[in-house]
Amino acid sequence: MLNATNKTDVIVVGAGPAGISCAITLARAGKEVVLIERGMFAGSKNVFGGAVYTQAVKEIFPNFESEAPLERHNVMHNFMILGEEDSTTVSYRKNLNDSYSVIRGKFDRWMAQKAKEAGVILVEQTVVKDLIKNGTKVVGVKTELEEYYADIVVLADGVNSLLAKQAGLRKELETKDVALSVKEVIKLDKATINQRFNIKDDEGVIGEIFGGPMLGTLGLGFMYTNKESVTIGVGVTLDDLVENNYRPFEVLEKLKQHQTIAPLLEGGTLKEYSAHLIPEGGYKKIPKLYDNGVMVTGDAAMLVNNLHWEGTNLAMLSGKYAAETAIAAFEKNDFSRKTLSLYSKKLKKSFILKDLKTYRNLMDIAHQRKFAFMGYYLKKINSFFEMFTKVDGVPKREHYRKFIKSIFTDRKLSELFKDAWSFAKLVWSILV
Amino acid sequence: MNLDKMLYTLKYTPDDESHLKPDNEKCKICKSRNCTYICPAHVYEWDEELNKLIVNYENCLECGACRIACEHHCIDWRYPKGTKGVTFKQG
Repeated sequence: MLNATNKTDVIVVGAGPAGISCAITLARAGKEVVLIERGMFAGSKNVFGGAVYTQAVKEIFPNFESEAPLERHNVMHNFMILGEEDSTTVSYRKNLNDSYSVIRGKFDRWMAQKAKEAGVILVEQTVVKDLIKNGTKVVGVKTELEEYYADIVVLADGVNSLLAKQAGLRKELETKDVALSVKEVIKLDKATINQRFNIKDDEGVIGEIFGGPMLGTLGLGFMYTNKESVTIGVGVTLDDLVENNYRPFEVLEKLKQHQTIAPLLEGGTLKEYSAHLIPEGGYKKIPKLYDNGVMVTGDAAMLVNNLHWEGTNLAMLSGKYAAETAIAAFEKNDFSRKTLSLYSKKLKKSFILKDLKTYRNLMDIAHQRKFAFMGYYLKKINSFFEMFTKVDGVPKREHYRKFIKSIFTDRKLSELFKDAWSFAKLVWSILV
Repeated sequence: MNLDKMLYTLKYTPDDESHLKPDNEKCKICKSRNCTYICPAHVYEWDEELNKLIVNYENCLECGACRIACEHHCIDWRYPKGTKGVTFKQG
């Protein structure tokens, strides 16, 4: 336990996937760790899409598949492109265990319990207000009631990370760097979910929704099946909400009423409404990841791969790498920036920063061409299938010609060139 | 469904004082008052008569959107005290 001066080896701020993974890795290595969580319990302030990813969870909790409170393993990805009224869905199905839907209120709590069993000192219902510094080194944290000191402080305090800002690791977030997500968990009985989504008891579906009420904005919808509920949500970049005067829950309500979505949710009752920010800045907006006595992980470090809906896995592994770095620092008894740079090296060597770097230009191009890629072309995909499936006595060749002509009359030739150029540039930057 | 009913699904432990403190002098001259529509819990309402931004902080979901979106960056935004605020059971 803590000694009289409240000094411990490591303080981790925030008991989400990043913080818990970091704390438990340290405790298993025999370090004394205090994990501070502002919510009533771990998970109580957390919101995600969501899924947790087997590969990452296994690295921290090898037996989680038989021990953790899981909902369904996802066997299907439905990419749903919604027009104003119509839709085109591409569905990929394979019986995999790559990801599981979970209820964060249960899953995070389970992870925190495991951490406690490993020796982590979990302090809940406590807000860290300030970092304590000695010169340039972070040496502790100030909560509402107490001061805690440590050789290393790990920030896992989420997307808003007021502490990373205070530590001078990052600047204030801008509206284009975050998406505001609102979601509803809708209660439906198991048999109804199985039937509507064409799945068995433990099988789940991820819906990845483009267009609809988000047409022309950097906004996406998501849908996940739990055992006895379905999650539906939208995430729209904050600058788009501001510019369009959108109320986020109204965007969600419109999505729920879309002809393609409504039948899936019919008769369900709302279990919980929630909202959260998603870090969307990508590679270019990753803060300074470490400094003397401090490292920053998970959402607080902008570690989200938005194109692939990945976040919890990056959080957990970044937490693990921060812990491994701390362990190496204890071996050297040196907690300086120089030693902690190992954390950044570990992230660079892993898929985490490699993937984010791959998509480094994605958000810039997406912002520039959002009306095209998130609006015009989504509508065109639907109008292609509308044309292709139409049986109206008009010869097919006339349909084709009209469709092709419409591409050049609906949109200026110069814009089409810019779209193609942007797309080619993006693909090039991803692959090369 | 209206927002009040949606918020009713949440467990709240409200504090007696607001953790969100906008600078009303800046709100008075603010053109967009985007907090009044981007907030997912409709925490902010502009009162024409009082010439004041009303803050229904008890409904706050603690997302932080207002803090970033505020065009004057004038909301003193903190987390509620450790035992207070919203509790998500599903998340």
